[in-house]
Amino acid sequence: MRPGRVVTYVVLIGAALLVIFPVYYVIAGSVMAPGQISSYPPDLFPHGIFTGNYQGATSSGTPIGQQYVNSILQTSIITLAQLITSVLAAYAFVFMKMWGRSVLFGLFLATLMVPWESIVLPNYLTITGWSIGGERLTASYAGTMIALVLPFLANAFGVFLLRQSFLQFPAELRDAATIDGCGHWRFLRRILLPLNKPALMAVGLYVFLSAWNQFFWPLLIGDSASRRTLQIGISQLNDAEAADPGLILAGVTLSILPTLAIVVFGQRFIVRGLTAGAIR
Amino acid sequence: MLVPCLVVFALFIIWPLGKSVSLSLHGSDLFGRPDTYVGLQHYKDMLGSAEFRHILWVTFAFVLLTVVPGVLGALVVVLLLEQHIKGIRIFRTAFALPFAFSVASASVIFATIYNPAIGLANGLLGRFGVDRIGWLTDPSWALISVSITTVWMSVGYNVLVLSAGIGAIPTEINEAATLDGAGGFRAARYITIPLLGPQLFFLVVISTIQSLQGFGQIKILTPEGGPEQSTKTLVYSIYHTAFANNASDFGAASAQAIVLLVILLACTAIQFGVLERRVHYK
Repeated sequence: MRPGRVVTYVVLIGAALLVIFPVYYVIAGSVMAPGQISSYPPDLFPHGIFTGNYQGATSSGTPIGQQYVNSILQTSIITLAQLITSVLAAYAFVFMKMWGRSVLFGLFLATLMVPWESIVLPNYLTITGWSIGGERLTASYAGTMIALVLPFLANAFGVFLLRQSFLQFPAELRDAATIDGCGHWRFLRRILLPLNKPALMAVGLYVFLSAWNQFFWPLLIGDSASRRTLQIGISQLNDAEAADPGLILAGVTLSILPTLAIVVFGQRFIVRGLTAGAIR
Repeated sequence: MLVPCLVVFALFIIWPLGKSVSLSLHGSDLFGRPDTYVGLQHYKDMLGSAEFRHILWVTFAFVLLTVVPGVLGALVVVLLLEQHIKGIRIFRTAFALPFAFSVASASVIFATIYNPAIGLANGLLGRFGVDRIGWLTDPSWALISVSITTVWMSVGYNVLVLSAGIGAIPTEINEAATLDGAGGFRAARYITIPLLGPQLFFLVVISTIQSLQGFGQIKILTPEGGPEQSTKTLVYSIYHTAFANNASDFGAASAQAIVLLVILLACTAIQFGVLERRVHYK
């Protein structure tokens, strides 16, 4: 091998190890016994599988199990709702002729430029100010869940991506379907959606990832640990169990399982969604 | 059919935007909730305060420390991957893995690694005789440590975008260059990097926007905005000003939020301005 190639491999392998290391460490550390993980000099390879950390993480003061359920619920509602609202809006933008369509689409895109951090305070005041039957909305579990998902039931990114996909649909086919008496709903459900599965997957996975990973908003919503989402839960686990890194890493490992599965198995769909803005 | 989207946007984006401006013109009561109209007072206070200048400086330093290494590192990796590497798929997957990590999970892992007493970073460095570093407790290190975490989180996406960009370069161009005797560095310097211009530009803008919005890693790694406020960026300051236990002030926090909005809109405007030119150029 030429010296240049050797350098190439050395640099690449070095960079890859640096990137993978935290991934390895979270899993390896989560099965290390307390004495091993904090030993000095550090020991990088677990001696057998110690499951105590997982028992600790699921039974400590931070109710990880309940928070897992909260996160799955929150993420599923947001994903499903965004798919529905995006499909409806994208359909209207592509297949329905209406006055001011392009202006409205411009307005949709403009909402993407507003950073969440610059509008989070009014939203916080609005949602925590609402009450149902004399009680604050966020006083109940259902109310907390509503507060978590409400601002994210629609997003222009999904509309944009699905519109791009719907635009590929041949106009002649659409006309033929209309002539055969196929109405909007039938056309949407029977023809358009089945043909746009990859785009729907891309939007769905993208929304799922970003909802699952949310931090700022869930940090503000939720009065008690059992109503928190998993992301807030592991950050509180980090504060509460600082002396027990194995337990913290076990909590983190549990929290990344769904997204790790998506990244490993759904990579091609995600690539499509994530690079949509980059490649024109 | 547009109604569901419009309702959500109006209620949670457009109306709050106006409300943010209005909040920034009001004072706050004991609980931090808005009360009397104070005009531009918050803005005047902000521009005159040394603390706010410090916050802007930290924000700028954070952007610099995350965007430059993040984009350059990814560029080097992608250029090396182009050299007909064996096992390229394994490398690609390796670099994509940080995707799976939320800001919270990545930050918690790095918090464990940075732990001054039992953390791995000091443990490994100690083996080479390096003194313990106060990764998150030393004011000159805290922002760097938070930036390392941020770069780690963004590397996967950057590699992905640049790989896609390289994939779009016609192979004939590189073949012609090889025939003319331009290999390795020269081909990269004069052909690949210039042709990646649009992707590099896109990444710089998008990473800048993301770093300006970075919050979770700062909150988790340095809960009080760092030692001597060394990691207090604009977004962290908005959170801190609005929700600090003893001095909650939604009015002042909203004024900062408007500053953030203006900075981010300027970034987006630059992006669109340049992209527009590119489209005409084609």
